[in-house]
Amino acid sequence: MTLTIDHFYILVGLLLASVAILNLLDRSNPRRFTTALFWGLYAVLYLAGERIDPAAIGALMIGMALLAGFGGVRAGVAATSSAAERRTSVARLGNRLFIPALILPLVTVIGATLLKDVQLGGLPMLDPAHLTLVSMGCGAVAALAAACWLTRSTPLQGVREARRLVDAMGWAVVLPHILAVLGLLFSEAGVGKAVAHLTTTYIGLDSAFVAVAVYCIGMALFTIVMGNGFAAFPVMAGGVGIPVLIGVYGANPAVMAAIGMFSAYCGTLMTPMAANFNIVPAALLELPDKNAVIRAQIPSALPILVANIFLLYFLMNL
Amino acid sequence: MQSAVNLWPLLGVAVVVAGFLLRANPVLVAVAACGVTGVAAAMPVMVLLESLGTAFVKTRNLPLILLLPLAAIGLLERFGLRDQAQSVIAKVRSATAGRLLIVYLFARESTAALGLTSLGGHPTMVRPLVAPMAEAAAEAQHGTLPERVRYRIRAMSAATDNIGLFFGEDIFVAFGAIVLMHTILQAEGVEVDPLHIALWGIPTAITAFVIHAWNLRRLDAEIRRDVAAARAKDAA
Repeated sequence: MTLTIDHFYILVGLLLASVAILNLLDRSNPRRFTTALFWGLYAVLYLAGERIDPAAIGALMIGMALLAGFGGVRAGVAATSSAAERRTSVARLGNRLFIPALILPLVTVIGATLLKDVQLGGLPMLDPAHLTLVSMGCGAVAALAAACWLTRSTPLQGVREARRLVDAMGWAVVLPHILAVLGLLFSEAGVGKAVAHLTTTYIGLDSAFVAVAVYCIGMALFTIVMGNGFAAFPVMAGGVGIPVLIGVYGANPAVMAAIGMFSAYCGTLMTPMAANFNIVPAALLELPDKNAVIRAQIPSALPILVANIFLLYFLMNL
Repeated sequence: MQSAVNLWPLLGVAVVVAGFLLRANPVLVAVAACGVTGVAAAMPVMVLLESLGTAFVKTRNLPLILLLPLAAIGLLERFGLRDQAQSVIAKVRSATAGRLLIVYLFARESTAALGLTSLGGHPTMVRPLVAPMAEAAAEAQHGTLPERVRYRIRAMSAATDNIGLFFGEDIFVAFGAIVLMHTILQAEGVEVDPLHIALWGIPTAITAFVIHAWNLRRLDAEIRRDVAAARAKDAA
């Protein structure tokens, strides 16, 4: 039997359903019905998404966005341990608390590297198409088991704590997901082609340095709009990189590709569209300013982008 | 003006830019942009709903990396994982928030370069360990921190994880981005060795480390200044 990503979709679906139920029963949540509906709809996507008509799922997504956009997703009063309780348990458990926390990345890495080719009954043990995520799922389950054993708690308590964290993040949890949908729609509607058309038509590329700068800055700007360097790369490489940098100025394709992608990453560091890297951590770290992580990254991203332009200019003809 | 390329879908991009500038709820902005893009590309409503739904199901794997670890991490936090991380780092006399984050940047970037990208991450490392440790290091040095400084240290912890990951993973030859670049170039008729793409990433990876480490060093000075300013304000 192969452990596939579908098993973990069900697991996450059950977790989200629990978040919905716990919120529904929580009278301290000022919007408990809409909050429960929001997480309940998200649970449906994971538990039965592939069996429902796509148009209905589209409507479900819009419904979730409206619930989130008009303040329907709130948190109850978080009930967790007091500082005194934590002092007692730290005195008892000490550094052993780190063990489950380290089991998670360790199992993930072992699964993704050592167990990659292991087969059970002729089938791969871990879904090769989603190896890292499936390994991480195993890591998460192993870490939860270890944490329960260490603290003598039930998995249900783990679910309650997960709900506390999900509540604290609120709608930010689904933002990366919805932005990914927007990204796919952008490419389906030909946004990439339109941008490439504009850059190549209206910007003169008659000096090597200008062409390099347009390519790198274009990568970053396009990523800022799309939220994903992988969407920017084909557009800028196809629009400027291959025809101009390689075709006209004889650039080494490997240098053009490597530094181009890194320029796109500079854009990723500066955009709220890359929500899973920028907005979700702000929510996870309970920062009042949702753009605080982006603000912290701009002083590094801009100089790296400038450095990229010079690196590409000087290295591309070596 | 007649052009072979349809520029109307760019309206969707305009909605995103306007929405973020007006600080509207990002989820609403994204869905509004979906609607505008669909209309601009002349998609019938049902077709638009269907492609939204198909995409929403197809991208379900994305939130897993955030949601799966929460039960274990939350449970450990309840029993004092973050408190323990803080007391461990408070004992290291020479630790400052900036130095600790430089060490983490190095560890994150070099392990990502070896393909071990899942050794870090916001839910699994930054929230339970890195951010509390960086805060505790600053606290051991300066005493109780003003909220503003606390938030700044947390934001820098998240930024350090991102920068280490991004500029490390791309010099690992089996990483998805390298495969993607190789495939795209090949489709355009450009032959290139994936190993060379990975190797030519190294100059930028080193530059990124130096630049961000420099900013982390400045973080320590900034913390010192802000704490002193807050003290002076309280005393006045």
